[in-house]
Amino acid sequence: MRAKPFGMHPGALRHNAGLALLTAMLFVAVAGRYRQFASATALRDCFDDTSILILLALGQMLVMLTRAIDLSVAATVALTGMCVALINQAMPGVAVPWLVLSAALLGATLGAVNGLLAWQLRIPPIVITLGTLAIYRGATYLVSSGRWVNSGDMSPQFLSLVRERWGGVTLLSWLAIAAVLLTACFLRYSATGRTLYAAGSNPDAARYVGVDAGRAQCLAFVFNGGVAGLCGYLWVARYAVAYTDIAGGFELTVIAACVIGGVSIAGGSGTVLGVLLGCLFLGVIKNALPLLGVSPFWQMAISGAVIVTAAVLSAAGVRGAQRQRILESSP
Amino acid sequence: MTESVDTPPVGEARASQPVPRTTWRRQLLRWEVFLLLVIAADFALDVHLSPYFLSAETLSDVTFNFTEKALVALPMALLIIAGEIDISVAANMALVSVCMGQLATQTASLSAIVGCAVAVGLLAGAFNGVLVTRWRVPAIVATIGTMSLYRGLAYGILGDRVLKDYPPGFAFFGQGYVAGPLSFELLLFTLAAVLCALYLHRTEFGVRLVAIGCNKTAAELAGVRVDRYRFGLFVATGVASAVASVLLTSRLGSTRPSIAQGMELDIISMVILGGVAITGGRGSIPGVVLAAILTGLVIFGLGLINVPGVVMSLLMGALLILIVGLPIVGQRLACARAHAQPGGR
Repeated sequence: MRAKPFGMHPGALRHNAGLALLTAMLFVAVAGRYRQFASATALRDCFDDTSILILLALGQMLVMLTRAIDLSVAATVALTGMCVALINQAMPGVAVPWLVLSAALLGATLGAVNGLLAWQLRIPPIVITLGTLAIYRGATYLVSSGRWVNSGDMSPQFLSLVRERWGGVTLLSWLAIAAVLLTACFLRYSATGRTLYAAGSNPDAARYVGVDAGRAQCLAFVFNGGVAGLCGYLWVARYAVAYTDIAGGFELTVIAACVIGGVSIAGGSGTVLGVLLGCLFLGVIKNALPLLGVSPFWQMAISGAVIVTAAVLSAAGVRGAQRQRILESSP
Repeated sequence: MTESVDTPPVGEARASQPVPRTTWRRQLLRWEVFLLLVIAADFALDVHLSPYFLSAETLSDVTFNFTEKALVALPMALLIIAGEIDISVAANMALVSVCMGQLATQTASLSAIVGCAVAVGLLAGAFNGVLVTRWRVPAIVATIGTMSLYRGLAYGILGDRVLKDYPPGFAFFGQGYVAGPLSFELLLFTLAAVLCALYLHRTEFGVRLVAIGCNKTAAELAGVRVDRYRFGLFVATGVASAVASVLLTSRLGSTRPSIAQGMELDIISMVILGGVAITGGRGSIPGVVLAAILTGLVIFGLGLINVPGVVMSLLMGALLILIVGLPIVGQRLACARAHAQPGGR
């Protein structure tokens, strides 16, 4: 048994080191020209801006580990966000923590719908979430009748909770940091966490050791739904507006962050550190482009090019690792 | 070849296999009959809803609801049967439309405009193909990336402008009729459907394609040039997206970078609704055509009762899960009944 530095396989370690280096180089290149990019305020803002992506990507990672994919996350964010915004508008007296809790619960329920369909009916997750993506988005329209809930309609407490600063860092950022640590411990030390890896890397083998891959998938969907529900509140409170199309297409950014972070689309492999780096990489790009004077219209093309490049590099890395494994196993 | 690929031993419903295997012909027939029944029900409902429904003009109008998407769904079905997927089709359509619109500001030559469209679509499809076959990126990852890239290029080139300097003859592609109520779009779709059906169900290429979808490694070992097929399918999907983009742009008469937004999900839904297994290796073109007609009818029916677009997609999503899920529930029940009998196990 070879030693695994930082608990990661050599391939994952190499991938993460490369990604960290790339992110750092990008950051230094931008900060070299624009000093204000490296200021404490800008850094904090950049992290705050990336926090929701980090939360959602960690949830998506759990799902992807079990060899599934959740395309409905952004729609879940929209539906839960709209629901809590409407509750807040109708009953401003309800304490905000209750709203946050109900958002997470609603999200987990929506995730459970995906999960149960995958587990009990064995419909491929991409088909299920393609359907629920449209259903949840449509439900958002139905509950709001297509109206917008603007910042004026929300209570001040509802809006200020995410902006609460502890030690100079927003609550939103603290949530992301806590989620990173929690997910890392969960996947490393808990039996359930190991189950997710087992279910995704070889479902048949998992069954022989008593792991129900379908149940693991369902569980991952519930976790991911809960996180997406929480993000529904965070999104609406942070951007101070709720309408049918919020977070439209964001599911692809989330999946891109996971893929760049080295989570395999075929399940069973991926690290929390990698996902965090993938999110930070996208976050740095997103925050640097306006500074560099790139027209907002070109930003999507640039992030697309980045995703394609990262995917190609990551695929080459996987092939390299495989070749190495073959070499190592030969006498 | 057909035997070894498609037909597992009949009659041995193994306990570990929740889906009882039948010959593909029977399975195909069942799925198509099922779709036909749903279509008939929806048709009857539409006739009931509107007294004007049963006229050649209305029925021709109905086809405009699906022809463009269905045209892309055909090669997409082949691609999914071969075990791949292309999520970038709608973004490809947007990029094609923008390039076409830019060229239309310079020239009024229809052949140049259409040629440019096909070339752009072909290149975009080929790029996807290279990513998947040469650089070994999983298709879903590669096309999520290129989706962002192509749509981003469309936005980058056009920004918030609108292009509508199309020459007068251009309107024919999306709005013209060839004979009576037969629109150009419908004619094109029918031709493409017949071609794809013959290719998949009547040629050796089609059999190889199914083989690739069933087991890529086995197909490769059996001498099928897997990468060549996969690359070709990505290119075909790109070209179909380009043609669909010409039709859509011509029908709308203008280009914005947000054109065809979200259409990839409609197209993939259509393919899955048509009974194509998302895991590859199984599916039929008649099924996809029926799914396209069903989609068109449902959208038209919902339009009759003034349902907004986002609610329409809600219902289409529910329909997708229902239609894919119901047969599985049915098979489950049948299996449970078989197991309950003595000696069933």
